Amino acid sequence: MTTLTTDPTQTFASKLLGAFMHQRLLAFASLIVLLIVFSLASPNFMQTSNMIAILQATSVNGVLAIAATLVIITGGIDLSVGTMMTFCAVMAGVVLTKAGLPMPLGIVAAIGAGAFCGLCSGTFVAKLKIPPFIATLGMMLILKGLSLVISGTRPIYFNDTPGFDQISRGSLIGEVLPFLPIPNGVLILFLVAGAASYVLSRTVLGRYCFALGSNEEAVRLSGVNTDRWKIAIYALSGAIVGIGGLLIASRLNSAQPALGLGYELEAIAAVVIGGTSLSGGRGTIIGTLIGALIMAVLTNGLRVLQVAQEWQTVVTGAIIILAVYADMMRRNKSN
Amino acid sequence: MTKLVAMTGIEKRFPGVHALKNVQFDLHSGEVHALMGENGAGKSTLMKILSGVYTRDGGTVVIDGFDTAPDSPRAAQEMGIGIIHQELSLMNDLTAAQNVFIGREPRRRFGRLDEPALNRQTAEIFASMKLDMDPRAQVGDQTIARQQLIEIAKALSYKPRVLIMDEPTAALNDVEIAELFEVIRRLKADGVGIIYISHKMDEIKRIADRVTVMRDGAWIDTLDAAQTPLAKIIELMVGREVKDEPPVIPDTSGAQTALEVRGLRRGREIHDVSFSVKKGEILGFAGLMGAGRTEIARIIFGADPRDGGDILVHGQPCNIRSPYDAVGAGIGYLSEDRKHFGLALDMTVRANIAMAAMGKFTSKTGVLDEAAMKQTADGFIAQLGIRTPSDMQDVGLLSGGNQQKVVIAKWLLRDCDILIFDEPTRGIDVGAKSEIYRLLEDLAAQGRAIIVISSELPEVMRLSHRIAVMCEGRLTGILPGGADTTQEQIMELATRREAAPVGE
Ligand SMILES: Nc1ncnc2c1ncn2[C@@H]1O[C@H](COP(=O)(O)OP(=O)(O)OP(=O)(O)O)[C@@H](O)[C@H]1O
Ligand SMILES: [Mg+2]
Repeated sequence: MTTLTTDPTQTFASKLLGAFMHQRLLAFASLIVLLIVFSLASPNFMQTSNMIAILQATSVNGVLAIAATLVIITGGIDLSVGTMMTFCAVMAGVVLTKAGLPMPLGIVAAIGAGAFCGLCSGTFVAKLKIPPFIATLGMMLILKGLSLVISGTRPIYFNDTPGFDQISRGSLIGEVLPFLPIPNGVLILFLVAGAASYVLSRTVLGRYCFALGSNEEAVRLSGVNTDRWKIAIYALSGAIVGIGGLLIASRLNSAQPALGLGYELEAIAAVVIGGTSLSGGRGTIIGTLIGALIMAVLTNGLRVLQVAQEWQTVVTGAIIILAVYADMMRRNKSN
Repeated sequence: MTKLVAMTGIEKRFPGVHALKNVQFDLHSGEVHALMGENGAGKSTLMKILSGVYTRDGGTVVIDGFDTAPDSPRAAQEMGIGIIHQELSLMNDLTAAQNVFIGREPRRRFGRLDEPALNRQTAEIFASMKLDMDPRAQVGDQTIARQQLIEIAKALSYKPRVLIMDEPTAALNDVEIAELFEVIRRLKADGVGIIYISHKMDEIKRIADRVTVMRDGAWIDTLDAAQTPLAKIIELMVGREVKDEPPVIPDTSGAQTALEVRGLRRGREIHDVSFSVKKGEILGFAGLMGAGRTEIARIIFGADPRDGGDILVHGQPCNIRSPYDAVGAGIGYLSEDRKHFGLALDMTVRANIAMAAMGKFTSKTGVLDEAAMKQTADGFIAQLGIRTPSDMQDVGLLSGGNQQKVVIAKWLLRDCDILIFDEPTRGIDVGAKSEIYRLLEDLAAQGRAIIVISSELPEVMRLSHRIAVMCEGRLTGILPGGADTTQEQIMELATRREAAPVGE
């Protein structure tokens, strides 16, 4: 083990290299490289409409990945974000379309449903001591089933709620700056990212996220009510999934009960590419955001280049392994 | 004097272990009360009951005259009871300040953190300890010694009236210990009652007012520290007399060289280190914390890469690139940080002992021979006196010193020709210490080459046939072992900051 932490003699170049090797920057650099490669390969890629399409495609996965990041930093894992997203969308449909209530109540229903699901997962993990993998695997199936039962296996459309589709598809920015028609869904993604980032770095809740992932027993021995905080983190994560549910429902202008499975893995992939450690204790929202962007750029770019869908999946898989390998390399270097 | 704490008739049972049997203990304000006993005597368990980590099965705990045992760590903190746990319990991914104030971080409204206040308050505590550390330093990057100091700062931050220190100096060097004792004296003057657990006997005379001795989970006696000779305390702890003879240095002039290291270099940490160890020889490594002794061991063992230099095993150049290579070449290394590198805490004593020598217990078809493993494990449990209900106990449930013995057993089984022991007796009681010394001597007598790294000078001097001294990554000299070498000579080399010619 090295004993030196800060070393004044370290050259600027090696510092820069060290900083570059930092996963977040590495991910960011990869994103830039991808953008350059694709824009050289195809003139269509860099068009504003395509860029906006990429951002729009990132929004749902990005929000889910942010939710997953919180749980993963505590050393847990959440396999239920995909079906939970669908469940929240269905709940919005129940309130808005089936009950015909006004839109704000639908929004509250979706976010509230997510928070409640998170609360349940968190309770299973913290109080019943069920490993997060199992607890959220159970939740994943429960919510998938519930979505189908509640919706009667049929999509719920939001045609009776004018403006619902604007949650994701409208563009508040575009109204002010007509040349920049960034959809609201993307705006929401960045707002959620900003808020989650703030919570992680500046609040007690965020501090305990990292502390729990780092050494839970030590936190407990420090007199912290670890169970309560863990449940709170899962609930917050669930609420963010609820926002994801709203985004997808609004984009499709319907709640599709059969959707959802597989989204959790995409979200986890984005988290991992973004440099968050699956063993907990380390991670950032900005990294996750970049991770989600990389995945969207990759999918979009390969499609623009007319690479077959099947190959896109292969490439994504390879990228995940590469990203984690780079992270391991960096950590081996630093100690 | 007022009684801060009075514990009577304390009972605690774990599955298969009667850890505390009718134990009594009391603490006055403004005193240092040492709690002594062998590994597994129940010291940590008693303190965990007092600090709300465990609930007792029986007995009373009176605090400030009220019959209220804390039922959680938080409750204990609110009663003013702080504890520095024996096993480091820090969050490596957080900064020093974040660790110190975990659970009580200065807040603004809406649960927002007040980071500047956090760092400022931590810096104040560090300053009061004369500890030179950036509150924003990442804990995982610090040495064990400095992590221990952070842990102490954390306990002080509670402004406790009762402070429990469970082996706080196990990883500290002499200067740091002196600093800590200064802090303890100041706390005493403020009326804080301190419970002090340590296996370093000399510290008792330096700091304790009273001593309580425990053995096998039972209270033995409470004595005045100044008036009781150490030998008496040791006798009470162990239940018999412990004799510790000075080393008999064998004549190894005719023996073959087992390990030779030439011009070892690694970054800024290790500069041009050369030495050799013969078969049957014990080479001690002395030096201050951070002198690079562990780093050398890790390089030889292939755990860290080297920038230059040769390693010769039995005269043959040996290209060691990984611990696997090292073990293949017959080199074993007992890490100083057993919790992270030495043991699988969730596995049984049996599995841990067998871990490094699975091949011995594997049949041709790859099936493990549990019966043979059990026999071997039981053999070591008896030989080293490992206190465990059975070989199937999880290692994580053993007391600290007994965990260390399991690590030693593991490497003894591996049967290496060259064994490197890094702080082999950290956290080990006096009785077991002399057992381990005898064990190392036996191993050497059997023709193995032994390297012992230790921060305790008496230990290096007691064990070594030759003493290599390091300072800031350089080997500053090699002294002969035995009674002729003095502590002053070693310290002189350990603090010699200029490069000096290496003498043999
Ligand atoms: N959680 C637990 N479960 C089972 N047994 C335990 C547990 N904690 C401690 N023990 C056992 O209780 C006994 C007392 O352990 P304790 O840790 O109090 O010893 P100690 O005096 O602190 O020893 P050391 O000096 O080695 O730290 C030991 O036999 C230990 O194995
Ligand atoms: Mg102990």
